[in-house]
Amino acid sequence: MTKAAALLLAGSLALAACASDEEGGSGGDAGSDGPKIGLAFDTGGEGDRSFNDSAVAGVEAAIKEHGGEVAKLSPNNDNSNRADLLTQLADDGYDPIIAVGFAYSDVIGEVAEQYPDITFAQVDGSVEDAGSPDNLTGLLFAEEEGSFLAGVAAALKTETDHVGFVGGVETPLIQKFQAGFEAGVEAVNPAIRIDSQYISPAGDFSGFNDPARGKIVAEGMYDAGADIVYHAAGGSGIGVFQAAAESEGRAIGVDSDQFQTVEDPALQAVIMTSMLKRVDNAVEQFIGEFVEGNVAGGENEVFNLESEGVGLSESGGFIDDIQGDLDTYRQQIVDGEVDVPTTP
Amino acid sequence: MSLLRRFGPTVLVPVFAVLVAMVISALVMAALQVDPFEVFRVMFDLGDKPSQQMTAVVVVLNRAVPLFLAGLAVAVAFRMGLFNIGVEGQYRLATIVAAAVGAAVVLPGPLHLLLIVVVAVVVGALWAGIVAVLKITRGVSEVISSIMLNFIALGIASFLLTGPFRGSAPGASIISTSEIPESGWMPSLNGVFDLLGLANPPRQLYGFLIVAVVVGIALAVLLDRTRFGFDLKASGLSPSAASASGVNARAMVLKTMLLSGAVAGLIGLPDLLGDKHSYTTDFTAGLGFLGIAVALLGRNNPIGIAFAALLFSFLDRALVPLQIQGLPASVITIIQGTIVLAVVIANEVARRIARRTAERGGAAVAGAATPGDGSTGTGQTAGDADAQGTGAGVSRTAGAGQADDHKGAGA
Repeated sequence: MTKAAALLLAGSLALAACASDEEGGSGGDAGSDGPKIGLAFDTGGEGDRSFNDSAVAGVEAAIKEHGGEVAKLSPNNDNSNRADLLTQLADDGYDPIIAVGFAYSDVIGEVAEQYPDITFAQVDGSVEDAGSPDNLTGLLFAEEEGSFLAGVAAALKTETDHVGFVGGVETPLIQKFQAGFEAGVEAVNPAIRIDSQYISPAGDFSGFNDPARGKIVAEGMYDAGADIVYHAAGGSGIGVFQAAAESEGRAIGVDSDQFQTVEDPALQAVIMTSMLKRVDNAVEQFIGEFVEGNVAGGENEVFNLESEGVGLSESGGFIDDIQGDLDTYRQQIVDGEVDVPTTP
Repeated sequence: MSLLRRFGPTVLVPVFAVLVAMVISALVMAALQVDPFEVFRVMFDLGDKPSQQMTAVVVVLNRAVPLFLAGLAVAVAFRMGLFNIGVEGQYRLATIVAAAVGAAVVLPGPLHLLLIVVVAVVVGALWAGIVAVLKITRGVSEVISSIMLNFIALGIASFLLTGPFRGSAPGASIISTSEIPESGWMPSLNGVFDLLGLANPPRQLYGFLIVAVVVGIALAVLLDRTRFGFDLKASGLSPSAASASGVNARAMVLKTMLLSGAVAGLIGLPDLLGDKHSYTTDFTAGLGFLGIAVALLGRNNPIGIAFAALLFSFLDRALVPLQIQGLPASVITIIQGTIVLAVVIANEVARRIARRTAERGGAAVAGAATPGDGSTGTGQTAGDADAQGTGAGVSRTAGAGQADDHKGAGA
């Protein structure tokens, strides 16, 4: 009996190891004059309704304006072929090539040096991390500034003086969200209690795609008395929304306007606002610069509150009454009066 | 006929399974309105330029090396009916400790490399040894304990990476151990391309390929040509018969798990020594689980595992060109999944056919099975082929030891 179970387990493990969820990419999208854009996705691929899709939206907007075509590639399940994606795009004549996600930092520097005539960009990756090649541009976001405003909104809206933060994976990038959020809450009222917790530790990326565990973590916070939870947990965020709906609490989304993308009306009702990270704007702007021949290369472009690269969504009208306060803080950050930390 | 009987199951079963899987996948693709012939054409299209083709070859080989080692690690334990699912945790823990030790010392080239490899092997073996000790002393099923130890290993690896072994600057987007100094890097084999007069691709071919081949040969000899290998196989086929003939079953469990873990320790090294030079939050995960599929497909035979690893990495490479051509890359997942299922089924069918033939012509087969006393080459080969036929493959390897007892004893 146990032997049969072991056999079944072997089969399922082997299958799970093979399984991956990449979407089919699309080939030439018409248009012959414009740039041939290569887009390499982060884990999750196209259709994640968040980060990757935001990059797609940016590319599509750019193609509408400048013409051209795009090839979209997703990495394999264990992400071991990231370098292959970039190499293949470069070999096939795609230029510019845009990599989405900090995980490309490991490989993009080397590939960029092998193809010095091609322009590369990396969303969420700084050129320093990749060894500063001249033909690479880092598209960075001041996540801590947007998260600060999310913290302000949470602090102004909480009725129990108790809020929470759920991070997907404890990486330096997600710690920026946590640091900004905590600073924002504290700026309004230092007495508010903040629970911050991560779904998985660094090195285990399951936390970005595990709604069940996201729900458990958030439930713990709501049960302990928190009424608003901010998540920066990618695909696990849906679990946070479910926990909020069941506990009659509220939640703050991340990356895209999740009020618009979540579809389920029950979950929509709990999404007070979302911390927007305008990957689409960054990508569109970068392609525009490329078409006009204005890409400097070898440096980072930072998208912050001032350039509206980050911000809060207003869908649902839940934060309309506190817009005045939010604008005050926004202005203070832009003017440099408030210094937002990047590490908790 | 005797040739067919000897090599039949080993070669024909996987080939048959792969063909069946291809047909099934083609039917699925057709149902999804994807042209299967176009998919297969793209899979075999390595590129136009010679350097592109060689890049593809390097990509396939580089991916095959860790898969091969993972398959070997799983197969060593499989051979004696132990199901080591803990390969995943064993290699992750071994790799991070080896990376940290390699970064902490400076030694002349070959010694530095040797130290890193030895550390990885020892850590992998020790971690697998826990499973063996639990099984020997408390009778804990290795399936359960090795799965549980995976979680603990990943937790420890995360702790080590973010804590004591952290070498990356604070705020860097990828956390990593300190980089191993250049004396601890494995030189690439790209010189081979110049020697053969082929285009030298920009991608570096892992020097660890040679180590993997040596390990494969050594294990093949150890498992098929030595007393130890025979004892191991005998314990797997029939623990009671083995101990009756003087094999210490407990010692065999310990030795086998140590060996399996030692090989598992090598899995992360091709990437570590040939490319990454540090262990990062992004280090390739899941190879231990893929190794189970590779070992199944290779029927626990080192040569078979090599082909299985090459097939899997070949399929993996096709992911990228398929997406560029606008074809769904998920067809690769379907093919890989159906191959594994087809192999499991084909192994079981082959086992039943062999058993039926054995029951009918009992005398002839029994005669062929007995001479394998582990010292004579020919006799053992016959015994080996027969063992593969009667009880090899999944059902036995997954631990059907007890169920097969009477049969093993009878044969």
